[in-house]
Amino acid sequence: MLELQNLCMQFENAKHATLKNINLQIPEGSFTCIVGASGCGKSTLLNLIAGLTLPSSGSILLDGQPISGPGRDRVMMFQESALFPWLTVLENVCFGMKINNVPKAKQLEIAGHYLDMVHLSRFRDYRVHELSGGMKQRAALARALCMDSKILLMDEPFSALDKQTTNLLREELAQIWQQTKKTIILITHSVEEAVFFADRVLFLSEETANIAGEYVIDLPRPRHIESPEFIRYRQDILYQVRNEVEKIEHAEEMAG
Amino acid sequence: MPKKWPARPGKKAPWWGYLFFYMLLIGLWQLLYMLGVSLEWWKPYAFPNPAGVWQSLLSLSRDWNLLRAILYSLSRAALGFLLACLIGAVLGLLLLKLQLLSRYLKPLIMGVQTLPSICWVPFAILWFGLNQQAILFVVVMGSAFSIALAVESGMRNIDPIYVKAARTMGASGSKLIFRVIFPAALPNLLSGLRQGWSFGWRALMSGEVMSSAIGLGHTLMMGRDLADINQVMLVMIVIILVGVAIDKGVFSSIEERVLRQRGLA
Repeated sequence: MLELQNLCMQFENAKHATLKNINLQIPEGSFTCIVGASGCGKSTLLNLIAGLTLPSSGSILLDGQPISGPGRDRVMMFQESALFPWLTVLENVCFGMKINNVPKAKQLEIAGHYLDMVHLSRFRDYRVHELSGGMKQRAALARALCMDSKILLMDEPFSALDKQTTNLLREELAQIWQQTKKTIILITHSVEEAVFFADRVLFLSEETANIAGEYVIDLPRPRHIESPEFIRYRQDILYQVRNEVEKIEHAEEMAG
Repeated sequence: MPKKWPARPGKKAPWWGYLFFYMLLIGLWQLLYMLGVSLEWWKPYAFPNPAGVWQSLLSLSRDWNLLRAILYSLSRAALGFLLACLIGAVLGLLLLKLQLLSRYLKPLIMGVQTLPSICWVPFAILWFGLNQQAILFVVVMGSAFSIALAVESGMRNIDPIYVKAARTMGASGSKLIFRVIFPAALPNLLSGLRQGWSFGWRALMSGEVMSSAIGLGHTLMMGRDLADINQVMLVMIVIILVGVAIDKGVFSSIEERVLRQRGLA
């Protein structure tokens, strides 16, 4: 269980707080999506959970233990693959295990398993620059999964890919999640993506610097983005999110 | 001006193209020399000519004089470069680690870096006398600072996402430095070393022309003392060729391998 308590983040020289009093509980094995416009602080929130940045105030607890820095129990995936160009695919996938002194034989076994899962076994000896964008993200996913972390943090992992590749990778990630039941927190600006993955969608608003909406997605898996239920959820959230934004704008007008 | 900008680098010419071009150039040089002599623009001994340079090459090659000079100069350059790398690496890492020191010290290092290395020669002679150490000192002074600056900026300017990703996988401390930051900075470091070498090679020549130690610089000055313009020309050509050979044969080829491996070349 990941717990955020009164989490605040204000950057130096910033007029307003990026995040204000966030309280949140994320249960183990859940898939949580955080949506919001660009610049709303969703990446900041993820960086805080990863421990890459430290909050201005408040705390983050993982299984009751406060987070004070990055750690292998919270692996992060980025919009760019962040694969190391000086290593092969296999060496990249093994990197985290090597750092953590996993025995070589075990490394290869685990890496092989996850490379299979992301369909990259044939490309294990390729260099990063020889891979397509989608393959890079698959390799990055395999690298992250190998760490067997408690939580997988994903910062818009598909937003740099073309539509077709995105759809394919979404399907694959949804499947992998069902197999591994890993706790995933995924950030996206796409409501559709959020509804496709999430048990719970959180809407982060730039104006309040807080979570302005929370939606439980009670749809069976695998989900189909063309099913009427799916579309209803998506429209519903889009409508409410718009309402939320308008409400805040209205309040500001009244105050101003 | 090429029609397209940026102009694409031209295709490499075939080896016989280069051979033909430079043979032609040498032929023109010989013609120019002979024309100048017959029109009395210059005295035959005052202007270098290919045939004379060839004669110098033959006479200097007897008793292995030229080869010995090349080897002495190269070993001196290598030793100086190695020392410069050590000093440059330590200084560069200090600049990287100690932000405050870096802020005040960097302008000074950049300033010293702009000093032509021949300006270190009088200083070196006062400290060490006209000997090996003085030359080595000049070489180190000529290249260590540029290496230090390259190490500092090369390590600083890596893509931060590599560090971020590695840290979330549990990398920190020396593992982060040696497995992520160093390999990520390697292309920058290599081009810094290459530049440091070329500064060092130039500095070596400034040092050697002043001293009487065996080496290319000394052979060059011997040509002056003998008023033998062909020997002077020959040694200059050798200095160029050795410099190019090391730059291409050692540094360029390593750099290219690293870049190709990463899909950058």
